Amino acid sequence: MSTKHSIAASQFISDKTHEQWHNNALYFVREKRDNMAHSVPEWELLRETAAKIKMHTISHLAKYVEQFAQKAEENGVIVHWAKDADEHNHKVREILENNGVKKLIKSKSMLTEECHLNPYLIKHGIEVIESDLGERILQLRGDTPSHIVLPAIHLTRQQVGHLFEKTMNTEKGNCDPTYLTHAARKNLRHQFLTADASLTGCNFAVAETGDVVVCTNEGNADMGTSQTKLHIVSVGLEKIIPTQKCLGVFTRLLARSATGQPITTYTSQYRKPQEESKIHIILVDNGRSDILSNTEHIQSLKCIRCGACMNTCPVYRRSGGHSYTYFIPGPIGINLGMLRNPKEYSDNVSACSLCYSCNNVCPVKIDLADQIYRWRQNLDSLGKANPMKKGMSKGMKFLFKHPSLYNFSLKFAPLVNYAPRFLLYNKLNGWGQYHEMPTFAKESFTDMWKKGKVK
Amino acid sequence: MKVGLFIPCYVNTLYPEVGVATYKLLTHLGVEVDYPLNQTCCGQPMANGGFEKDSLPLAHHFEETFGDYEYIVAPSASCTVFVKENYPRLFEKEGLQRESKTSKHIYDVCEFLHDILKVKTLPSRFPHKVSIHNSCHGVRELHLSSPSELNIPKYSKIRNLLSLVNDIEILEPARVDECCGFGGMFSIEEESVSACMGQDKIEAHKATGAEFITGADSSCLMHMQGLAKRNSDSIKFIHVVQILAAGL
Repeated sequence: MSTKHSIAASQFISDKTHEQWHNNALYFVREKRDNMAHSVPEWELLRETAAKIKMHTISHLAKYVEQFAQKAEENGVIVHWAKDADEHNHKVREILENNGVKKLIKSKSMLTEECHLNPYLIKHGIEVIESDLGERILQLRGDTPSHIVLPAIHLTRQQVGHLFEKTMNTEKGNCDPTYLTHAARKNLRHQFLTADASLTGCNFAVAETGDVVVCTNEGNADMGTSQTKLHIVSVGLEKIIPTQKCLGVFTRLLARSATGQPITTYTSQYRKPQEESKIHIILVDNGRSDILSNTEHIQSLKCIRCGACMNTCPVYRRSGGHSYTYFIPGPIGINLGMLRNPKEYSDNVSACSLCYSCNNVCPVKIDLADQIYRWRQNLDSLGKANPMKKGMSKGMKFLFKHPSLYNFSLKFAPLVNYAPRFLLYNKLNGWGQYHEMPTFAKESFTDMWKKGKVK
Repeated sequence: MKVGLFIPCYVNTLYPEVGVATYKLLTHLGVEVDYPLNQTCCGQPMANGGFEKDSLPLAHHFEETFGDYEYIVAPSASCTVFVKENYPRLFEKEGLQRESKTSKHIYDVCEFLHDILKVKTLPSRFPHKVSIHNSCHGVRELHLSSPSELNIPKYSKIRNLLSLVNDIEILEPARVDECCGFGGMFSIEEESVSACMGQDKIEAHKATGAEFITGADSSCLMHMQGLAKRNSDSIKFIHVVQILAAGL
């Protein structure tokens, strides 16, 4: 009974020590988030307010995006529009080539992952350096993020130590986190100083002022943008919020939900380019406006990419981000993948026990689990339903539609208790791989009731 | 007061003693219990697996069987919440004018004892250490206790009820309401993750020093029981109503 996710998850779990470490490390982040959530008395009101602001904004998206673009241009920022990933990548390359850029320093941006920007630029002869430590580790490994906030969480410090030995000439066998971080810092310092331009993502784009807000813990975005004369900001349309006042609601929620910090170490607001510097903002649609008309899944557009749904997800914690086929894993990734291409990414829909914890941690109250439930209902019409599950469902329907047949089967179910083991425990029985079968009672409740034995 | 007793399909065949305990408890508290023999399944297993359409005829059948009761009581939080939350939506989705009466009148037995009968004393005695299994649908959909994620006042209806039992010691595991990994068809489609979640949950319950794991959902208990048996774990499983009815 296998989806690609379930197969990859089995493999992840087979390394029990690493699975437990991964599960505990992320649950620790969830607990830090809980401590924060429980220490802000108005936490639930904040979530409700954020959810309403986001819903309002995406319901009036055209108005706010236009307002944002106009304000940004008034501030001296050059605004571009990209309808899809290709347009975005072309635009970035064009800006870089027009400015004679050979080396680009980037801070973490899930949008550029979505657009596959790095391989595109590298193919066109531009050197790209990731400056977020996690992303840098992945870049040096030729690896991909397994979490949107903690991109290298699938790696152990030993793996990082080994990588740095090869790429940064660190001491053999030294995998002390502080030592390795210092080595990375030193290594990156040179990259910052020699970069010709910087590119950042955007956490929030304020329509009222035309500001873009970038939140990091390492200050790497700030370092890049201060060091270069050209700053490109890639902004997904859903990042728009109406006002500066609204921003306060989101900055209170983002880091608390993401990592259990009161606020990110650096929360930088970019408004105007400095003298002799340029800021280019690229507003990217890439399928977002299509989601606006999808009433069942529109709430996915509220996402502020905090990753809290991943940290709480019992399936994600035990299967790792790379077990999902879409580049964003976990509950939000299941949904965004299905919105991107339901046929291609339907393998992730199985990765949910419908525990609903994600709904409760989401700072913007996205109905994540409900959406996964709804995607499941569509799999059959996409031709992606699991045939064995479908057969079981049809069988159950037939049995339960006929009370007399059901009552008849209640009588004879206990016979299964006497079935030989090889009939019960084989590859056809997914349950039997890890479980003993439950024992049928000698008499069902119905039979006991009929015989007057219930008293 | 008269209630229609709904015994979910798997409780009927695997755990009839849970049904018997529910009956005993309700009659002891002066409630008249009716058991309509035509009942089958609420339709949850198919819907959670992605075959909501297969649940629709069962929803119709459930309405016909239980539609006239003022109270429908079931010893299963997740079946109860499926009827409560999904029947109205299922009918609406199919463009049917049918009103779901049962969704307004169905209660999980713990909810019914706590909120409707407002039970304050019980003669039962259970001199054991028990660890409460807070099931996902019980906590996050039926609101049997305050979910750990939310900043709302703490409460637990199951704990309140168990506290009425004499000589009992009530415990709760770390990660108090993390999923055990049953999830219906999830447990066969994602069997490795499901088993891993279940084994972790059993360990968390065992770490409390409890002799029994108890909860309002026999489905979670069945999942963990199957895993525990395979690993020859000695921890025992019991539905909350069996404890509440102990000695009746």
